[in-house]
Amino acid sequence: MPQIFHPSTNTIARVSLFGALFLVGGVLWVLVTVQRSSYVTRQGVPRTQPIPFSHQHHVGGVGLDCRFCHTSVETSSFAGIPPTQTCMICHSRLWSDSPMLAPVRESLRTGVSLEWNRVHNLADFAYFDHSVHVAKGVACLTCHGHVDQMPLIYKSASLQMEWCLECHRQPEKFLSPREAIFRMDDPAPGAARPTGQELVQEYRVHTRTDCSACHR
Amino acid sequence: MSDEQKNSAPFGGQGHWRSLEELADSPQVREFLEREFPEQASEWNDPAGRRQFLQLMGASLALAGLAGCSEPLGEKIVPFVRQPEDLVPGKPLRYATAVRLAASTLPVLVTSTMGRPTKIEGNPEHPDSQGATDAFTQAALLTLYDPDRSKTVTNLGGIRPYSDLLGVIRDAAEAQKGDRGAGLRILTGAVTSPTLVSQIGELLRNFPEAKWHRHEAVDGDNALAGARLAFGEAVEAHLHLDQADVILSLDADFLGGGVGRVRHAKEFAQRRRVPAEGGSDPGSRNNAMNRLYVAESMPSLTGSVADHRFRLRSSDVEALARAVAAGLGVLGVSRPADVPRLSEADLAASLGVPGAQRPASVPGISEATLTAIIKDLAKHRSRSLVVAGLAQPPEVHALVHAVNHALGNIGTTVTFHAPLDAGAIEAAPFSELANDMGAGRVQFLMVLGGNPVFTAPVDISFGDLLTKVGLTIHLGLYDDETAVRCHWHVPEAHDLESWSDARCPDGSVTLLQPLIEPLYHGKTPHELLAAFTDRPLRTSAEIVKEHWSKQIPGVLTETQWRRALHDGVVAGTALPPTAVTLRGGLGAASRESNAAAGELELVFRPDPSVYDGRFANNGWLQELPRPLTKLTWDNAALVSPATAKRLGFKSEDLVTLNVGGRRVRAPLWILPGHADDSVTVHLGYGRERVGRVGKHTGFNAYAVRQSASRWIAPDVRIEATGKRYRLATTQDHGSMEGRPLVRHATLAHYLQHPDFAQEMEEAPPAGLTMNPPVKYEGHAWGMAIDLNACTGCNACTIACQAENNIPVVGKEQVLVNREMHWIRVDRYFEGEPESPGVHHQPVPCMQCEDAPCEQVCPVAATAHSSEGLNDMVYNRCVGTRYCANNCPYKVRRFNFLQYSDYTLPTARLLFNPNVTVRTRGVMEKCTYCVQRINGVRIDAEVEGRPIRDLEILTACQQVCPSDAIVFGDLNDPRSRVTHWKAGPRNYALLGNLNTRPRTTYLASLKNPNPEISRGEE
Repeated sequence: MPQIFHPSTNTIARVSLFGALFLVGGVLWVLVTVQRSSYVTRQGVPRTQPIPFSHQHHVGGVGLDCRFCHTSVETSSFAGIPPTQTCMICHSRLWSDSPMLAPVRESLRTGVSLEWNRVHNLADFAYFDHSVHVAKGVACLTCHGHVDQMPLIYKSASLQMEWCLECHRQPEKFLSPREAIFRMDDPAPGAARPTGQELVQEYRVHTRTDCSACHR
Repeated sequence: MSDEQKNSAPFGGQGHWRSLEELADSPQVREFLEREFPEQASEWNDPAGRRQFLQLMGASLALAGLAGCSEPLGEKIVPFVRQPEDLVPGKPLRYATAVRLAASTLPVLVTSTMGRPTKIEGNPEHPDSQGATDAFTQAALLTLYDPDRSKTVTNLGGIRPYSDLLGVIRDAAEAQKGDRGAGLRILTGAVTSPTLVSQIGELLRNFPEAKWHRHEAVDGDNALAGARLAFGEAVEAHLHLDQADVILSLDADFLGGGVGRVRHAKEFAQRRRVPAEGGSDPGSRNNAMNRLYVAESMPSLTGSVADHRFRLRSSDVEALARAVAAGLGVLGVSRPADVPRLSEADLAASLGVPGAQRPASVPGISEATLTAIIKDLAKHRSRSLVVAGLAQPPEVHALVHAVNHALGNIGTTVTFHAPLDAGAIEAAPFSELANDMGAGRVQFLMVLGGNPVFTAPVDISFGDLLTKVGLTIHLGLYDDETAVRCHWHVPEAHDLESWSDARCPDGSVTLLQPLIEPLYHGKTPHELLAAFTDRPLRTSAEIVKEHWSKQIPGVLTETQWRRALHDGVVAGTALPPTAVTLRGGLGAASRESNAAAGELELVFRPDPSVYDGRFANNGWLQELPRPLTKLTWDNAALVSPATAKRLGFKSEDLVTLNVGGRRVRAPLWILPGHADDSVTVHLGYGRERVGRVGKHTGFNAYAVRQSASRWIAPDVRIEATGKRYRLATTQDHGSMEGRPLVRHATLAHYLQHPDFAQEMEEAPPAGLTMNPPVKYEGHAWGMAIDLNACTGCNACTIACQAENNIPVVGKEQVLVNREMHWIRVDRYFEGEPESPGVHHQPVPCMQCEDAPCEQVCPVAATAHSSEGLNDMVYNRCVGTRYCANNCPYKVRRFNFLQYSDYTLPTARLLFNPNVTVRTRGVMEKCTYCVQRINGVRIDAEVEGRPIRDLEILTACQQVCPSDAIVFGDLNDPRSRVTHWKAGPRNYALLGNLNTRPRTTYLASLKNPNPEISRGEE
């Protein structure tokens, strides 16, 4: 009886068995990678805004405190986006006829709000509160990155759950002293800083990984 | 067993039942209990014909999209141009205002989230609320956002601008000037607003021949007429239940409905606390438990918590009132005809009442019992209270006043003040308006609120009379039966959209301030009446403020005004108690009883959910299982088991009620504990012109309600139609099959055996578990529910619904056991079906420490938190429903269909932003209001302080008028919940399953009179 299968079939069978494993693994890897890529998370991708507002200029250059505009960051879940009036505190005098700021003047004149494109946006089933994070020593820099170097704002972190949990599991690795919370630089260069463990003790920080801590 | 033993033995477990079908062990109930899943649980399709539920909020089946999978793109942030001073985005604000229901006003604090009202709570500073509310007030929020509310000014169906109407009013008023307003009539509902009263007064001064009429389908006119008989003036009784040791209710449901219900429940519950545990309730001033006797036809909430309840036809209540009055020697009560067996001197001596007479016979109550009640009342002079119901004739109210006077109760347990509803005394009667309209004497009628075409007595046929009036203008929330028959209709502003003021039950005035601009350009009655003045465009805010600036001496400062708004009460406006003197010759004229013995009477009651019909389009209330009957979405003709048997009817038989030739078709429902030969129907159903929710629900009981017999109609006949009508009742849903779930005993038994509740079931030892022991560091949240305080009022269910974005599912879905309430109030009957004891038990998720649901979830969608919460993670849930199957308490709810409405704009305003809105295919259940726990925790952490006891209030706890629910930290030895749980009455539901629930119950206690044998009630 002649051989039904050519001897090379053995190799083909081995390769395809092995290959299938790689294929499945590969597909999974691609999915996971895509899910974590900046294509999905928008991490590091600036978004165009109605006015090309530059944090680099206002924070890095002018040296405004974060709370000058994001007024409710210490008291509310929402840090707050400044009303048009806040812009006009300075811009009624500075660059008061710049064409770039026309939408701001228009907003104040008509009473119609500016519409910013949201950059940091959590899913609706995740509940985040700025006030408690600030109170517990999580600096702006830790999550939002060096906004003083961003001409257009972008996310410096993925804001995915695994990223949240990194800190919720080991807060000592990420905490800053309260006096440095709103700074982009080291307040006292060279001085001895308290360790994360000390801050955890002092600020009574709990590792909160219960589902209901964020999902309600 | 002797009567005494029967009296004092504890009860629980066997002998409790939820429906007559369960008692009879019918095959349907067996099947219901034994089904692993609810009916049709595996059917996901829903034929188009049964999709009514989808229309409930005007929804279409919209997929939630893939917003959960990746970051939603394109979301905008829209900051203010000029940020309001007090508004911090993300922080809700609370405003004091009030929500009105006819003559009853409840002072509230409304939570406003970024300018939209999202939750109503009682005003904790106000004595009439003390932080609590009721089901109606909670549901007012849904009415505010109801997309079916009328939205435009219309003239004969066509949309017109408001300015046109102002012109029409001006012209008509001008025409009336010549006749001094002889053809002008104003028709209102109850008016508790001092501003409105003064505006109407001003109008009547300008048009001296014009008249103001008032019509409320459910009013206190009988009580006022009774006060006129007794005292010669129309005064309103104000009850002080916390002062009363012995209470006799004559057909009065003072806990379940009417003016002051929330305050009554608070005060009553204070006196149900157990003396031995007095320390746990610093609020209770009196150490003795009170005793409540109730005589009524339909079992009410008040009757269900009574120590002795007597089934009496409403028409026979007068006989009881006379008997009690006679027994207490109230002057002028004619001596009953039957010959006494006890000598009157003996009786007088034993009661300590000079001139006491032997009580006349009362059907169904033995002489010994009657004597015992009278003795009990007499023994507690000035600490007792007799109350008559709104449906009782004025004579009964007058007798009750005389009895309270004889007992020295006036001034201690009951005081009097001028009526809250100014319309009840200052306005002309409604019947006079009907006469004038019929005679063509009315040219211009303003209907300010209400729906008189639907609610007026049927013999008046108000709808036809409207056609005889030259110009009719209707102001109302809905385009309803009255709106369509009037020439003009103006959308009314909701209480939460209005500036106004109102007298609360204690007589003090609360200012109403708007939480939101009128959603549908609604107008207030103030604005409409301003159209008659030379400044027709004044706003309500200006009118109300102007009124109050005239009321106080000197100038109303901005500080005073803001203080009044902030506090929710205008200082110094409480009504002073009126001194009353009893007139002689009371009750000398013995009236014929309304219905002869053996004849069927028909009793009308406001519906516990839709009231007089005004809440017919409110899905939360429609789906709320009514107390006692547990019916949803319909009303029914309620009869006793014996009467149904005698007439040959079963529950759900469609019958015709024939009242003197007027007929209405109604489904019959057998209600254990109902008086024989009596039929109770609830008003407000069977609306013709109503929004999407209220369509095709119930039957119209107004069709047989006539002016002469507005409350009790004698001689009603029930005729068979041979048809059946399916009613959606939840009474068998979530049944736990005859185990000792509600536990109760008499006070006497409890004092001897304080541990009776814990002894009723063997609890497994604490360490008996295969799971590794968990130590809860930090907080350990827990809840205790005092069944002794619970009146079964359902407020918790609605408050939970409002707080947790719980959807409405519709009648079809309730029929297949798919209602979504996170906390249900189970009602158990106990004993004979004719006159059973009633027990209420609110059942939320028990938050078991060893939770059966967690062990079966394949995707860990329900998991334990470090503080002992049984967390539900919606995003992990894949909808296997194993958890619901494994839950012994049946508290898990599954979104079989897309119940929540994502698409309707107003529904999106309504949602609590702190709670995820669930999609189809997801399991949900009580979370202990974890959003509130987290909210308080964050505030405490930011301020760097520990969480205080009672700082976190769950929605059900906060709303509870009788403070039956307490929540707190079990690791805190000084917390109230720890204290409650340490008491001997504490027991776990199905504790023998070793689920170790965090929610436990305190057994209920009754305080029966040892001189009355149990069998008699």
